[in-house]
Amino acid sequence: MLYGAILRSPLAHARIVSVDASAASAHPAVVAAFTGADLAERGMAWMPTLFGDVQSVLATDKVRFQGQEVAFVVATDRYAARDALELISVDYEPLPPLMDASTALDPGAPVVREELPGGNHIFDWAAGDKAATDAAFAAADVVVTCDMTYPRSHPAPLETCGAIADYDAVSGRLTLWSTSQAPHAHRMLYAALTGLPEHKIRIVSPDLGGGFGAKVPVYPGYVCAIAASLATGRPVKWVEDRSESLMSTAFARDYHMHGEIAATADGQILGLRARVLADHGAFNAVAQPSKFPAGFFHIFTGSYQARAAYCEVTGVFTNKAPGGVAYSCSFRITEAVYLVERLTDMLARQLRMDPADLRMRNLLRPEQFPYTGPTGWQYDSGDYPRALQLALDMAGYDELRREQASRRERGQYMGIGLSFFTEGVGAGPRGHMDIMGLGMADGADLRVHPTGKVVLAISVQTQGQGHETTFAQLVAQELGLSPDDVEVVHGDTDRTPFGLGTYGSRSTPVSGAAAVVAARKVRERARLVAAAMLEADPDDLEWQEGKWRVKGDPETALGFVEIARAAHSSLELPDGIEGHLDASAVYNPPNLTFPFGAYICVTDVDPGTGEVKVRRFIAVDDCGVRINPMIVEGQVHRGLADGIGIALMQVIAFDETGNCLSGSFMDYLLPTSLECPSPELGATVTPSPHHPVGAKGIGESATVGSPPAVVNSVVDALAPFGVTHADMPLTPANVWLAIQSVTGVEGVPRVT
Amino acid sequence: MKITVTVNAVDHTRVVEPRLLLIHFLRDDLGLTGSHWGCDTSNCGACVVWLDETPVKSCTVLAVMADGRRVTTVEGLASGTRLDPVQEAFAACHGLQCGFCTPGMMMTARWLLDNNPDPTEADVREAISGQVCRCTGYENIVRSVLRAAGREGAGEHEPRLRVTPPQGGRAVHPGPGQVRR
Repeated sequence: MLYGAILRSPLAHARIVSVDASAASAHPAVVAAFTGADLAERGMAWMPTLFGDVQSVLATDKVRFQGQEVAFVVATDRYAARDALELISVDYEPLPPLMDASTALDPGAPVVREELPGGNHIFDWAAGDKAATDAAFAAADVVVTCDMTYPRSHPAPLETCGAIADYDAVSGRLTLWSTSQAPHAHRMLYAALTGLPEHKIRIVSPDLGGGFGAKVPVYPGYVCAIAASLATGRPVKWVEDRSESLMSTAFARDYHMHGEIAATADGQILGLRARVLADHGAFNAVAQPSKFPAGFFHIFTGSYQARAAYCEVTGVFTNKAPGGVAYSCSFRITEAVYLVERLTDMLARQLRMDPADLRMRNLLRPEQFPYTGPTGWQYDSGDYPRALQLALDMAGYDELRREQASRRERGQYMGIGLSFFTEGVGAGPRGHMDIMGLGMADGADLRVHPTGKVVLAISVQTQGQGHETTFAQLVAQELGLSPDDVEVVHGDTDRTPFGLGTYGSRSTPVSGAAAVVAARKVRERARLVAAAMLEADPDDLEWQEGKWRVKGDPETALGFVEIARAAHSSLELPDGIEGHLDASAVYNPPNLTFPFGAYICVTDVDPGTGEVKVRRFIAVDDCGVRINPMIVEGQVHRGLADGIGIALMQVIAFDETGNCLSGSFMDYLLPTSLECPSPELGATVTPSPHHPVGAKGIGESATVGSPPAVVNSVVDALAPFGVTHADMPLTPANVWLAIQSVTGVEGVPRVT
Repeated sequence: MKITVTVNAVDHTRVVEPRLLLIHFLRDDLGLTGSHWGCDTSNCGACVVWLDETPVKSCTVLAVMADGRRVTTVEGLASGTRLDPVQEAFAACHGLQCGFCTPGMMMTARWLLDNNPDPTEADVREAISGQVCRCTGYENIVRSVLRAAGREGAGEHEPRLRVTPPQGGRAVHPGPGQVRR
């Protein structure tokens, strides 16, 4: 095994004059060293991103962000590989960096991507009806506006990214063990990049140490490991360290939003408008369906009935790490929910209405589903008032408000923050959603052994979401088996059917559905075998209590184990089945699923220090039918912790010269057991009408829904000071500044 | 340097570079990949093992500092096929999702229960506060540790690794929290 290490740029923006790796190559433990020029000879210096752009693997012309990959060394020892990096000499010609997205399109701004016709400009994109929205605003009694930033954050899975590439020249096969949430999509990209035929590439992405979106993109380190293994014929291992991870792998958010909400004097929401500047960093390496450059942001009317809505999003390049969609965000619904939930709270303040009353008044009603929103989304099902009422009841909302009033009289600042969110997850209908031209359908293969034991191979893989349990339950339920009888195989492209991977809360809505459809095919095949066993007509059989039997005759019931044995036996089988029960399915979802929830966060804020303590977090989630409630709750627990982290402490910050200020866990703060309260969870169940078992995605709900609840709570606590908004992260310093800056200034200085 | 470290009651003698970190020694030299490497800066705690009787973050301990001492890793927690009560409780309470923080969390939990058999929720939260979990929001980790404590307290389990609380001496890291005596 050889060990690789990456030399990274210390500068955010510089022209590369020369790279000399000869001294590193001469190091006794070094087997090979690669520069951008070396990879260019192999056609691998640049790679496609998952969104139609290209990204530098090892820099050939310029470096475009601090931490960008410049050279790669492989050595016989991991420490020696790092030593050898010191021997590489790079001559940089510094260029002025572009760190403020708001200046990216100014004349004279430093140009990050001069090789592209648009320079720093990536896209302009709009959704909704502008004229109808303008009319709604013209008719409004009240308009509230706010500029808000959803700061750049990083998913920071505890396991960083890494890979072992092993090219076998004899068989011509490349095996890549890698941290990938989308191994099949990655395989196609590697085939295009290396010229190896796709069937000679195997990606193994086992149970990962967390992902949260960070492991959806392809990273230069993976490609370097592949290039080095191709060149040396030996296995090459590369694992990034924490600083490399925080500085160079996919960030999230960095949305600079101007939002407006229009309403009548009695609190009826009429319209929403948003203008967004999206900072995508140096390469457009987002991983979202290709027709949606701003993801699903245009679901930004949220859970409310607005007559009209219109949003415009502009994407720009800056000298920051590439990416832009990672971190449990449901393709930008996180930003959309934050926008509408902040605006709703500000509207309530303006109208002197209770934010719970305002929400209850405007929530979509159960009879409106399926509901088509003003920007075209069709929500599948929902009972929103029931979820909000349950959350209010669990919180003891009225009592909390009384306590807040009484504390305020004593000079104590307690906040109660609400958020109601609707997500759209389970991408997606392949006619509308693809990544790199690959439609977002997913496969499932079911193999049934003669003893009735079942192996389910799925195209998604797990980073801790418990696919092995949930998917086994889905199949077991359909076939009358115990989950212990079902082995779930995932994360190996040689052993699993094609699919787009695990992100965007899509495993249960898409791949879970595929597993159920495959299991139902197996069950129908079992019906034919059972009919032969009973010498009955298949149409005369019924499936009852996990067994096939002649209608109304329990004495004839045949269980799956008996039928599976018979399917492999010498029994004469009828037309339609040659033998065995195996079946496959590809599931193309007819729509997204739309989970929703009502969250309430109670905080105590110390105005002297700016410290925020989260006292309680009440979360009512409706993700349709819960296949495994314990796993669902575990997903919600995580997302609530994310909300506390994102709202109160996490930010990938830069100084004006482009230095990343958040390159370790000492600077990029994550919530610990002391900041996360014991959450109070509630559930309502509104099945999805189009999913085979009525389930919806849940993996990202709490990460999407919880940050606005925290911010609304803190702003609510600071209401006596006149604070109406403060940008995340609400660190003690930023809270203190918000209090200090209320006279004449809204919000706190932005963190770029 | 030639060092001998007793890891999970087995002596291992190796020649190592003085700069080799204990976590890399355990994972790469001894193949004990249960302990994880997460941050390099003592912040995440995925690498927590015991050095003698004290939990340490093995990414900031040199392998040579363990020369002549005992190291206990998560691989040493189970007794044959019998899981430690802490391990059983993590499984029962869904105390892990991706599992990356779990070995470190379990080693700290075992240390806590050895030193404080009847911890409050606040004790547990304090004990694991130097370790990061990105999946559970800590809720089910706390439940797991409390469950393990409850089962041991009820005599349903006899913990195998019960040791004498550390007497004096300074822990390599401040130690996982306060202990009620």
